[in-house]
Amino acid sequence: MAEHNEHIILKTENLSVGYKTKKDQVCVAKNINIQLEKGQLIGLVGANGIGKSTLLKTLTKNIPALNGSIFIENKNLNKCSNLELSKLLSVVLTEPLVAKNLSVFELITLGRQPYTNWIGNLTEQDLKTVNHAIQIINIEELKHKKCFELSDGQLQKVMIARALAQDTSLIILDEPTTHLDMYHKAYILKLLQKLATTTNKTILFSSHEIDLAIQLCDKMIVMNTNEINFDSPCNLIEQGVFNTLFPDDLITFDEITGSFKVKK
Amino acid sequence: MQQHPAYKTPFLVLTLVLILCFIINISLGSVLIPLKSIFGIVTGQVPENTSWEFIVINYRLPKALTAIIVGSGLGISGLLMQTLFKNPLAGPFVLGITSGASLGVAIAIMGASFFGGVMAGVLISKWSIVIAASLGSFLVLLTVLIVSNKVRDTMALLIIGLMFGSITAAIISVLTYFSTAEELQQFVFWRFGSLGNLSWQELVIFSIIYCIGLLLSLASIKALNTLLLGDNYAKSLGLNLKKTRLTIIIATSLLAGTITAFAGPIAFIGLAIPHITRQIFTTSNHKILLPAVFLLGSIIMLICDTIAQLPGLEYFLPINAITCLVGAPVVIWLLVRKRKMVF
Repeated sequence: MAEHNEHIILKTENLSVGYKTKKDQVCVAKNINIQLEKGQLIGLVGANGIGKSTLLKTLTKNIPALNGSIFIENKNLNKCSNLELSKLLSVVLTEPLVAKNLSVFELITLGRQPYTNWIGNLTEQDLKTVNHAIQIINIEELKHKKCFELSDGQLQKVMIARALAQDTSLIILDEPTTHLDMYHKAYILKLLQKLATTTNKTILFSSHEIDLAIQLCDKMIVMNTNEINFDSPCNLIEQGVFNTLFPDDLITFDEITGSFKVKK
Repeated sequence: MQQHPAYKTPFLVLTLVLILCFIINISLGSVLIPLKSIFGIVTGQVPENTSWEFIVINYRLPKALTAIIVGSGLGISGLLMQTLFKNPLAGPFVLGITSGASLGVAIAIMGASFFGGVMAGVLISKWSIVIAASLGSFLVLLTVLIVSNKVRDTMALLIIGLMFGSITAAIISVLTYFSTAEELQQFVFWRFGSLGNLSWQELVIFSIIYCIGLLLSLASIKALNTLLLGDNYAKSLGLNLKKTRLTIIIATSLLAGTITAFAGPIAFIGLAIPHITRQIFTTSNHKILLPAVFLLGSIIMLICDTIAQLPGLEYFLPINAITCLVGAPVVIWLLVRKRKMVF
């Protein structure tokens, strides 16, 4: 059992997520029990407004959990300081970059901030990690470009490289495929799959690309209004989880191809 | 973030220009003193003319040093504010620092008629203006800080600072309306700004507070770079946002607050210097920007002061007008020439 625990990077116990206002609290999802293992790619899917972002924000300690607990590498999230957490978990967010004048290299080196000294000087080791991240993502030719010169797809790769440079066992991405064309959507998700297997990192992302996620993920978290399912894509299809994901007046899930079809 | 070797040359050039500007600044003035005598006086040799020695030691030298402190301090606090608020329009005064200082001084000068004749003499001394300005900016800043703890959005904080500015401006106009011509004149003179009224004793106090602000800014360099990614990324990199925000605001208020108290509300420098620096250095790395802003701020302030004292003439122009007249075209020219704003 102890050996098994070492492989678990993220674990939630009876987690409830939602928002607290002054008067009451709005529970978006409850009884979430998931266990993400080392080297897995996990997709989080669900309809708009179902609470995917709320769940991710809770997992990244951006908002507090309403109930239950979260463990990252067997450490309770509530007992982690921001700095400790930054060495366990890195993120790729949807928010636009503020300083577009940063060069790609500078941006990626910012991923080393949790490890650098008071003024942020990079050691040999830091530079090695940064260059390794650039190499894995294959963006050497972008290294000296400024961020405002990049396309959306390139920028997303750079942001993933930054998260890699942070050298954490868990990477959480919030909708990494928005604003991208079909090719780059597949490209980014395929890249994430490759990263999970080659670097043995656990990668959790939320996405609306359900068919791509079914093909690429080891496990999926499917958020429905009433329950949350966590299993491998094949098992989820067998259980018919995707059929109830959206109202069935417009689109239906085709179990054979693993994709949604518009009703004729 | 690496220290790029390509930046060594501009730093070297700017340092030389700063030294040159400093020498030019102290050698020009309403009284013509030969350069040789100036060197002699500064290096402590026996001067041939004691009135020259008095002018250089007690007037020009403190004024040049004040110019350096004012230019670099305002520039750095502008840089801090622009990064903190992620807004190129932010300057050291967005938090209501000038408006607070102006209110303090307005009450000290023009409120004298309200407080009656006995107080009037006490209220208008030099130190009382400094104290009133410090107190005013500190109180307004404190209010903004208290409010800022209630709002999570830095943009809201920016607008709150501007609103406080409007409120104080309104109170000042009411005070102006009821004040005498003499009081009004004194207030207007303070508003023109002045670098030349500081004694050595005042300069020591001034520079101590300035150094504390500078040290806090240096300590924030790493955090400032992290903030370039946005608040949420900064948090995910282990940054304590609340502490960082407080440190940066305190550093700014120490720098801009004391400068306003001692030299008056000097416009433009705080907003423009960071932009000029970014155009020259084309980087967002604060490890390079901060020292570059220090150098450029000092240089431009020294040049403005040299122009303001109208060498060889008995008149001098208000420094506040010169900073705008010299600085604004420079920024416009830089932006037009490069066609792109670097932020």
